[in-house]
Amino acid sequence: MIYSDLSIIFPEIFLSVYSMVALVVAVYTSKDEGAQKVTWFTAIVFILLAFWMIFSSDKTEIAFGGMFINDAFSRFSKIIILLSGAVVLIMGQEYMTRRGFLRFEYPLIVALSVVGMMVMVSAGDLMALYMGLELQSLALYVIAAFKRDSLKSTEAGLKYFVLGALSSGLLLYGSALIYGYSGTTLFDGILKNVNADAPSLGLLFGLALVIAGLAFKVSAVPFHMWTPDVYEGAPTPVTAFLATVPKMAAICLLMRVMYDAFGNILGDWQQIIILLSILSMFLGAFAAIGQSDLKRLLAYSSISHMGYALIGLAAGTEFGVQSVLEYMTIYITMNIGVFAILMSMQRDGQSVTEIASLRMISETDPGKAIALLILLFSLAGIPPMLGFFAKFEVLRAAVNADLTYLAIMGVLASVIGAFYYLKIVYLIYFGDMPESPLDNSQTPILKTIWTASAAMMVFGVISLFGIEDMAKAAASSLLN
Amino acid sequence: MITLEHYLTVAAALFVIGIFGLFLNRKNVIILLMSIELMLLSVNINLVAFSSFMNDLVGQVFTLFVLTVAAAEAAIGLAILVSFFRNRGTIAVEDVNVMKG
Repeated sequence: MIYSDLSIIFPEIFLSVYSMVALVVAVYTSKDEGAQKVTWFTAIVFILLAFWMIFSSDKTEIAFGGMFINDAFSRFSKIIILLSGAVVLIMGQEYMTRRGFLRFEYPLIVALSVVGMMVMVSAGDLMALYMGLELQSLALYVIAAFKRDSLKSTEAGLKYFVLGALSSGLLLYGSALIYGYSGTTLFDGILKNVNADAPSLGLLFGLALVIAGLAFKVSAVPFHMWTPDVYEGAPTPVTAFLATVPKMAAICLLMRVMYDAFGNILGDWQQIIILLSILSMFLGAFAAIGQSDLKRLLAYSSISHMGYALIGLAAGTEFGVQSVLEYMTIYITMNIGVFAILMSMQRDGQSVTEIASLRMISETDPGKAIALLILLFSLAGIPPMLGFFAKFEVLRAAVNADLTYLAIMGVLASVIGAFYYLKIVYLIYFGDMPESPLDNSQTPILKTIWTASAAMMVFGVISLFGIEDMAKAAASSLLN
Repeated sequence: MITLEHYLTVAAALFVIGIFGLFLNRKNVIILLMSIELMLLSVNINLVAFSSFMNDLVGQVFTLFVLTVAAAEAAIGLAILVSFFRNRGTIAVEDVNVMKG
């Protein structure tokens, strides 16, 4: 009994034991000289675990009396989380070594937050949800403030901590109300106990608070205030991590709670999700226009992308879930590429993040300019790129679910959003040569990553790399 | 007779005081940490009250998890606050303003 439970959560146990053992070993041996090795090794562990999951059984397994669910849905999100986590670690170690603040704790804290995310996407109980979410968030607060001697980084950590703790408090209060009004913390128990025709007021209040708490984590408007400041202040590799991996985990957790625990009162949560989605798309599109810092711009861009992902959730159908999973996968792939380019930007050895410094990089570095062009077109959702198909799928899910007005809103917001992406493209290709151009620094790892990411945006159109079938299986395992 | 509603009212009042403490306080980041703690503890009152009125132990198990996490959260919050203080030289809330958005 306990043995089969433990074998189901083996990946999580393995990763947490690994990070704790590695912490102790690193403290007693090499300290920070071994930091690069620890980072590479952690990335390799992530990749191995991801492959282990790809080739493990495709059954739905339930451990600890329903608290932990290992199904196709959680496996799909875990594979994406582990692989993108590994890529972000590899990108970051290069950047952090160059600037001399790579410590061996960094990859291990990332590993702990990845454990938290893996628990989140497998949670089948409010307690498991809370513990996973807190493990993930606490680790993220620490890495946001990772550059200890930088005022901006510590301020970002402080802001993230205070607002994140507030959101955990809201989520927890909601969980307590749900527990009280349904009598259980298990998702399938809640599903059975909810009166689908007239759910009690306390339960609806709890549901709204849980959605608010999770909306903080996916940075959906009106719970987005922390995003631009934290993205700007945190060190760039950490921003790359924050913008990609936890978003996947939080969106998947949101879907898990909505369908597994409240699947029979779809009408009640659908309205909240629709509102969040419309607000996020438009605020993200408008607020990004005035930004001069690329990291802040990407923060608003991620807010607006989360709005699109929520369209698929609001559709409330199996195809909707599938489209969200595809959307998130494509979003993560293109964001990793953009952040690889952002990390390579430097002038006289100092890293720069102003948008204006990208002026005319088509002259100094044509390869990078083309890659950035493709990635920005893809983020904007311009047709031949993969980003267009991601948006197309979620909008199709909305239309199929009779939410045509939501799809129209999505198209409008994406037209507005295209403006600021195209503005960057304009800067890259037209205008005057700047007096002090960026260093023509080529680091092989970053170059490989942005080239691969841009190539995927072009060639992924052909078959989506087979993720469509995986996402479909994942969606059907969540809804049945 | 003290009923479930009494407990829920106290918990709701404490929770709201915690939220107001977060938003109205302009002085000191330590007070933010206290407000966060107040919010989490009010949830604990809720959980224990539900648990004892339903004769179900799960709520009290949940409370123990929440207490543990709250302790970890306070530790991490203070650690970040200390490194912020070293850079900024103050912990007044209005001075957490290098980045504006």
